[in-house]
Formats: sequence, C-alpha cells, structure tokens
Amino acid sequence: MSKVANTVASEAAKKLSDAAEKRGRMARWLISGPPLFYLLLFFAIPSLIMVFASIRYAGDYGGLAPVFDEAGKLNLTLENFQRFTSDFIYTAIFLKSLMYAVITTFCCLLMAYPLALLIARSPKKYRDLLILLVILPFWSNFLIRVYAWMIILGPQSGLTQAVNYVLGLAGIEPVRLLFTAFSVIVGLVYVHLPFMVLPLYANLEKHDPALVDAAQDLGASAWQRFWRITFPLSLPGVYAGAALVFIPALGIFAVSDILGGTGSDMIGNVIKQQFLETRDWPFGSVLSIVLTVAALVAAGIAVLVAKPRRTA
Amino acid sequence: MTKVIRRPLGLWLVALAVYAFLYVPLIIVVVYSFNDSQLNAEWVGFTLDWYRKLFHNDEMLKAAGNSLMIALVASAASTLLGTMAGFAMHRYKLKLLPLLVLTPIAIPEILVGVSLLIFFVMLNITLGLVSIALAHIAFCIGFVAIVVRSRLSGMDESLTEAARDCGATPMQAFRLVTLPLIMPGVVAGALMAFTLSIDDFVITFFTAGANASTLPLQIYSMIKIAVTPEVNAVSTLLMGLTLLLIIIASKLAPNAIRSS
Repeated sequence: MSKVANTVASEAAKKLSDAAEKRGRMARWLISGPPLFYLLLFFAIPSLIMVFASIRYAGDYGGLAPVFDEAGKLNLTLENFQRFTSDFIYTAIFLKSLMYAVITTFCCLLMAYPLALLIARSPKKYRDLLILLVILPFWSNFLIRVYAWMIILGPQSGLTQAVNYVLGLAGIEPVRLLFTAFSVIVGLVYVHLPFMVLPLYANLEKHDPALVDAAQDLGASAWQRFWRITFPLSLPGVYAGAALVFIPALGIFAVSDILGGTGSDMIGNVIKQQFLETRDWPFGSVLSIVLTVAALVAAGIAVLVAKPRRTA
Repeated sequence: MTKVIRRPLGLWLVALAVYAFLYVPLIIVVVYSFNDSQLNAEWVGFTLDWYRKLFHNDEMLKAAGNSLMIALVASAASTLLGTMAGFAMHRYKLKLLPLLVLTPIAIPEILVGVSLLIFFVMLNITLGLVSIALAHIAFCIGFVAIVVRSRLSGMDESLTEAARDCGATPMQAFRLVTLPLIMPGVVAGALMAFTLSIDDFVITFFTAGANASTLPLQIYSMIKIAVTPEVNAVSTLLMGLTLLLIIIASKLAPNAIRSS
C-alpha cells in the first residue's frame, strides 16, 4: 500500500517538476527568443549574406548578379578575392590603414598612460570626476569632433599660421596641415583616446600601492619603479586599450573622408566607394571580409597576450 | 610612516595637456558658433545669426525631425529587446545570444552598415526611415543589454527568491521586485540607445538611401560641401542635448553609466 502511495507521490512530484521545468524552458525562450530572433535577422543573416556576396558576380547595373545564370548553372567565382591579392593598390591601402591604426594606437597609449596613471593615483573622491571628464567629450557627436579639427588645422587657423611662421623663420616652405596624413592621424587619435584611457585606468586603479612602496624602500628609483613594477602590471590594460583603439581605427572611413586628402584613403573609404559609388558589391564584400579578419586577428592577439601568466 | 605621494609635476602637466587636447576643439566649435564671420578663423563679433539661419533651414529641420523620430522608435524597441537580452544573459547560461549581442559592438561599424545595405536591398525594403530604424535597433540592443546586465549582477538575488517564497509567481516576482530594482538601468540604457541613435553616422550612412536624411547625415553633407558656422550652431545644440541626457542618465543610474 505504502509502496503504491510512494510511487504515486514520486510520480506526481516528477510530473510537477517536469511541468516546472517545461515552464522554465518556455520562460527562457520567451525572454531570450525575441532579441535572439531580431539579432539573427538583422545582424547574423546580413553578415552571412555579405560573406556569400563575396563569391558572386557584380550585377550589370551594380548590386549582385543572380546566383544561377540563364542556363541554370551556379554563377559563382573567386575572382573578387584574386582581384584583392593581385591588385597591389588594394593591398597597399590595406597596409596603409594598418599603419595608420598602429600609429594611432601608439599615440593614444602615449597620451592616455600619464593621464590614467594620474587619475588612478588621485584621491578616491576625485577619480570619478576626472574619469567623467575624459568620457564627456566622447559623448558629443562623432562628426562634430572630427569637424573641430577641420577648423583647428584649416589653412586660416591660428595653429597653421603659427606653425608656418616658425617654419618660415627656419627658412622652410609653408606646409598644409589639413587634408594630409597628419590631420587624419590627429583625428583618429582624438576620436579614440577615451577607449585607451578607460581600460588603462581600470587596471592601474587596482594596483596595490604597497608594491611601489616596497620597491622604494629597497632603493629603486622612480624610473625603475615605473618600468619594473607599474608598467608590467598594467600590461593587460595596455592590451585591452590597444585592441579597443586599433579595431575601430582600422575600419573607420569618416575621419579620412573629412580630414584626409587624395592620398590618405583608408580601407573603410574603399569599402564605402565599392558599395555606394562603384557599386561593385562582391568586391566590397571581399574588402569587408579582409577587414573583419584583421579585426578578429587583432582581438584574438589582444586576448592571448592579455591572459594572466603565472610567473615564479 | 609618511605616505609618499607619487604624482610628480610632470605627470600633472601631461595630464593637463591631454585634457586640453580633449576639450579645446569642442570649445572652439561652440565659440565660433557665435562668431559674426563666414570663416572659422578669427573672432569678429558676437552674433546669433547662425542659429537664426539654422531655424530657417528647412532641410536641417526635417532631418532633425527624422533623427528624433528614429531615435524614439529605435530606443523604445531596443530598450525592450535589450532588457530581455540582458535579463536572459544574466539568468541563463547562453552561448549564441551573448555572441550576437556583443559582436555588433566589437566589430568596425562599417561592416554592420554594408551588410545591412545588401540585406535590405535584397529583400526589396526601400531604404529610408524604416531601414534606418531597423538598423539602429540592431546595434542599440547590445548597449542596453550590457547596462541592464551590469545592473542585474549588482542586484541582490535573494530579493527575487524571497518574493517567490512568499508565493509570488515568477511573473509577479519579476514585475513587482526585479523590474523596479533594475529600472534605473533600463532607463539609463534607453537614454544611451537614444543618444547612440541620434548620433549615429556610419550605419545610417549606408542604410539611409538617397532620400532620407538625419541630423548627422545633414552635418556630414554640410562639412563636405561648404563649411559655415551653421555647422557649429547645430553642433552646439546637439552637444547641449546630449549633455542634458547624460546628466539625466547619471542621476538615474550612476553605476550603469560608469560601467558602460
């Protein structure tokens, strides 16, 4: 009798927990389903379509040619990729973009490090304010921040005239600041600087001041304390900041479009041309894939080197 | 033992220079918006002419209207979807959703823009306000999700459990306990989505088509064609609006803003 009751009870309990589990699973789908569906539809699928577009032919009037030709045969090609590898112009532009992004990352690091260090070593009550002051300009419109440098570096600006005055004293011909590689890099550094300061600060803030104190007690100079303790400990922050600056800087087109001259096109400008002007979508897709791969490689390197290593 | 303060003068000077580098350009934009000269070169005299011109510029006003409408729709939809995503990512061990939420933020914007361009054209969706709004929702979801998730992870889990123990259904526990607690995060996420949408240039540029214009697109074409202090005026107004929204957001959810 009691055995039967036990079985009934355990079955009922099982049914109940099954129902609860079912409800839980349903709730899980109800909550994660809509955003998942939206991002699949408007991010994942478009990305896959773009990857597929890279092996299709361009349409006669721009866009894409049909996947199947009139005879019903597959109309696909690797020509677009061959064009990238064989035409040196595109490789050169890609390498130039890499170089711009590397220089930008380096300049951001040089400017951000002292600032982040100062903020991290400020009294606690001022830190939030100081870091907010770094983020604040970043919230203004991106185009406005680029436009500001059009004014500052423009031919009639005080800065340009001052530079040319000094150059004139040294007997050097006047130079143009705007629409050069220089103005592009200044713009790139300006729009990406906060991305470097934030991860550096987040890292430096956690350092134990006792370490530096101990080094000082043992006779290390300020220079030694920095290079042998603070800097090595901050490397994860440096790598994170470098990835956060390098990746967007590599793919940007608006900065070189607005501040650059004829020779300072970056890979983003060429992608923009292929999609909106030349309307060669397959080749534009190839360039986008190259950019994606470069961004992923950079992110991968950052993750690998930033992995905390155990040192004896 | 005396504590050594390690903030040498050199560090201060460099930091000050970097702050100047961050702010001087924006200050120049604002100052020249009141300058009575066609050129952004030297100070001539105070005027409000550029603002007056701006408010008589029909294209600009229409673009501003479009921007506002898109930002309202995009922030409403992405707040709903992003809150769900943030909640799901906090509550369940998911693999695909976090990947889909974070990747659009991590990769260069232009990639999202061009792939959506191909997608919309293939589906014969006319490029315009609708396609811009759909694109904005896609990239705003991730930002809202991150803010909401960070708010949730700072929340005491036992509060929801207590509500369940007292007999609340999961829905009631969410509506009456969890939601009010994460509300500041949700509102901060919504304001963030609003600013991101109203400021977006790159993705809008690719999904707008020939006829629709937004404020950033209008600013871009002005910069490219003819620079007048009207650009400074619209920039100043836009900066004021953004600043206002940040102040509201930081009042509502100081931690959410910082962690993002």
